[in-house]
Amino acid sequence: MSDSSTRERNYVNMQVNPCKMCMPMGGSLALKGIRGAMTIIHGSQGCSTYIRRHMAAHFNEPVDIASSSLSEEGTVYGGAKNLKIGIANLVEMYKPEVVGVLTTCLAETIGDDIERIIREVRKIGDFSDVDLIPIPTPGYAGSQAEGYFSTIRAITKYYSEKNMPRKEGSHQKVNVVVSNATCEDIRELKRVFNIMDIDATLVPDISDVLDAPYMEEYQKLSSEGTPKEAFEQMRYAKATVELGDLVDDRYSTAAYLEDNYGVKSYRLPLPIGINNTDKMMRVLAEIKQEELPEAINKERGRLIDGMIDAHKHSALGVIAVFGDMDLVYGINALLMENGMKIHLVATGTAQKKFKEQLQSLADCYDQSLTIFQDTDFETIHEAIHDSEVNLMIGHSDGKFIWEKEGIDFIRVGFPVHDHVGAQRKLIMGYRGSLFFLDEIVNHLLDQKHINYRKRMYDAYYLQKEVAE
Amino acid sequence: MGSKTISTKARETQIMVNQQSRQQSIVCDTHSVSGVVSQRACVYCGARVVLNPITDAAHIVHGPIGCASYTWDIRGSLSSDSERYRMSFSTDLREKDIIFGGEKKLTMAIDEIVNNEHPKVIFIYATCVVGVIGDDVKAVAKHAEQKYGIRVIPVNSSGFSGSKKDGYKAACHAILELMGPEKAKVKIPHSLNFLGDFNLAGEAWIVKNYLETIGLTLNTVITGDASCASLKKAKESVLNVVQCAGSMTFLAKHMEQSYDIPFEHIRFLGIKDTIRSLRKIVFTIGNQEHIERFEKLIKEKESEYTPKIEAYKQRLVGKKVAIYVGGGFKAISLIEQFNELGIETVLVGTQTGSQDEYNQFKQLTSEGTVILDDANPTELEYFMKQTKADILVGGVKERPLAYKMGVAFLDHNHERKHPLCGFEGAYNFAKEVDLTVNSPVWSIVKQGGIYHE
Repeated sequence: MSDSSTRERNYVNMQVNPCKMCMPMGGSLALKGIRGAMTIIHGSQGCSTYIRRHMAAHFNEPVDIASSSLSEEGTVYGGAKNLKIGIANLVEMYKPEVVGVLTTCLAETIGDDIERIIREVRKIGDFSDVDLIPIPTPGYAGSQAEGYFSTIRAITKYYSEKNMPRKEGSHQKVNVVVSNATCEDIRELKRVFNIMDIDATLVPDISDVLDAPYMEEYQKLSSEGTPKEAFEQMRYAKATVELGDLVDDRYSTAAYLEDNYGVKSYRLPLPIGINNTDKMMRVLAEIKQEELPEAINKERGRLIDGMIDAHKHSALGVIAVFGDMDLVYGINALLMENGMKIHLVATGTAQKKFKEQLQSLADCYDQSLTIFQDTDFETIHEAIHDSEVNLMIGHSDGKFIWEKEGIDFIRVGFPVHDHVGAQRKLIMGYRGSLFFLDEIVNHLLDQKHINYRKRMYDAYYLQKEVAE
Repeated sequence: MGSKTISTKARETQIMVNQQSRQQSIVCDTHSVSGVVSQRACVYCGARVVLNPITDAAHIVHGPIGCASYTWDIRGSLSSDSERYRMSFSTDLREKDIIFGGEKKLTMAIDEIVNNEHPKVIFIYATCVVGVIGDDVKAVAKHAEQKYGIRVIPVNSSGFSGSKKDGYKAACHAILELMGPEKAKVKIPHSLNFLGDFNLAGEAWIVKNYLETIGLTLNTVITGDASCASLKKAKESVLNVVQCAGSMTFLAKHMEQSYDIPFEHIRFLGIKDTIRSLRKIVFTIGNQEHIERFEKLIKEKESEYTPKIEAYKQRLVGKKVAIYVGGGFKAISLIEQFNELGIETVLVGTQTGSQDEYNQFKQLTSEGTVILDDANPTELEYFMKQTKADILVGGVKERPLAYKMGVAFLDHNHERKHPLCGFEGAYNFAKEVDLTVNSPVWSIVKQGGIYHE
């Protein structure tokens, strides 16, 4: 049984070294996966700049996000004027098909009504070929996770309510809402859907936007991403599969489509590890009413083969996992089913399902671990310090602990700003799980091999007492 | 000037193409045009950049989580002592705090920090919402000072209340507040403070070593590797030298008024500037002995580094550079440093440069050089292409743009992990320019993104 602590942070009134980001960050990331979309953040100039910097460092891609550059005057008298000018300038410079208007702490606190401002801006200029979508993302109301999911939901709602007629084939489609997926994970999911002959609408699709090939002509507005036409048809789909199931239903696109349009909803954990990937495959097979194709079964078999090959090494792992809650949950499932011991699982987000679901997973494996939600890195660090943890898995903000404790550290999630390639790390599906498992196990093997001779020599030849 | 095709009308006055025969001016120091994707940050950012290197202070970001999250330990400022400054303390204001106010939470947060960390000074950064919900941060700080007998200093840095420059000012006010109003009773002979260096990759230590070799005392660096104690001692110096003019001229002027410390502008970027700056310092506060040691030092350093840099110059001559950085002082020294390497500046812009600095850009660059204030990616892309720049200098946000355009890039930001000041830095600079401009990757890029037989 778990002995999970009830106290989430050492500091009660503060976050010390945050393990979460704000809602507009999640919103900005989601909008990057919409074709022809630009984002304007209604707030002071810093919000958009910090978010751009964070994303640019992770993806190594230019990230252009506009700001309404709220000033003192706008804050006192309302920011409508700034936002209207901002939208007009943005549309003139980028010619987007879609503009996501995200709010911030500031915009929400001064009470700006972005829906009204958008209605008004339509009257003063010709925005007939641009969809202006209001998306409330007050920075104080949640983390990047809530921001991400609620943005996808807001976009889906916007296009569903357009009441566009059903196109041929739309009722055969499957909506797939992805979260925490790298560009490579998304490409992998597409490949799997392709093999299974599933006509999927992936939302959002950042794969070719934020891991764009080098081209002779740089395009500042990508022509990749989920097209708005696909959003319009989501309400007619056969089902929605939402990957990431820990946020409350009110943030869920699958729940929205089911409640309003009767589209069957499947909310699933991220397909990381064999059990969670099985869950996704079973649902896909059920929707398709077909057996899994031979090629997929082979991939599954290869994963099992790899798990067997590695199982004795896997058992050496004592792991701490931290980051976005759905990702942390998925990774944790992979680690547990491979016999690794979990010391600590932590997220900065405060969604109660996280703790509940991890607890029941831990119970399945009879693991005793610490689960923190709504926590910070100060607390995580203390829980890792002087522990048996030999591998940390999480995003780059764990580097502080890595530097102090010298514990092996695999970077995965967002943000990863001190390594390259995080945007194309593959960890989802049977193939991704196997690659990821290999990587983890190789870290553990290196630890075992690197000082094997010296350890044995010291212990048995010199008969020295050596610390573990 | 062709700007109509690439930008909005509102931006035209902030774009200038150098015409030597004409009197020209550029509009700067204004609020960013909304919606055009400015590269600027906010007031909070300015304050945080300047104060964060103060090593033993507890830096509390009073606001919702984002502001603290995005600025946690992202800069390369080094410490010789406390590591507290690398912690990011946030009051993490939530919905109910926005409704009922955050003062109580802030008060309790201070209690927790004092009990756990025992800092001598706490800075409280006010973020956007704090400015709106009306938290009386001053009162909370005052109360905590009385309760604990330490310094608790509010930083007036609500993001919307101006530009990054106003954040610098807010930080300078906080530093003055820490130093206190009284003058120094005694002065340290041959001593100086170094203002506007943040000890990135040990840069302040490099300068300190030069000064110590000469026999001068670098009393306090503001704010690289500074501490509460070192800042309080700063008034005992006989001279202030200012490197980052944009952030620190304000403080230097106030210190001149309050503590009778005169100031000089200096720059330790590039060999010429380094020598010029050391000479200025030695001739201001040194004696004959110091001058002799200075001559010896630069002779040694020059003979060590000049040939090494010269070797790189051979490989770099004739290239063209585009510069887009935060402040004017850095841009000016970059123009000169590139000049020393035989590289012409074809584009230069800043986020927060002053009129005077833009005039200097015009004088230092030649006919046709594009000068930009508060530029955006669209303009940078357009003018880099137009001027056929081989390399861009900038920060994290600009880097991927350069790479997507197949252009080399030099990191000149607060996140870099190598020093760029002094003789060592000038060498690193040449080396980095060479390794990026002359990388074999560009020959592949020239073949294009699509495979051709």
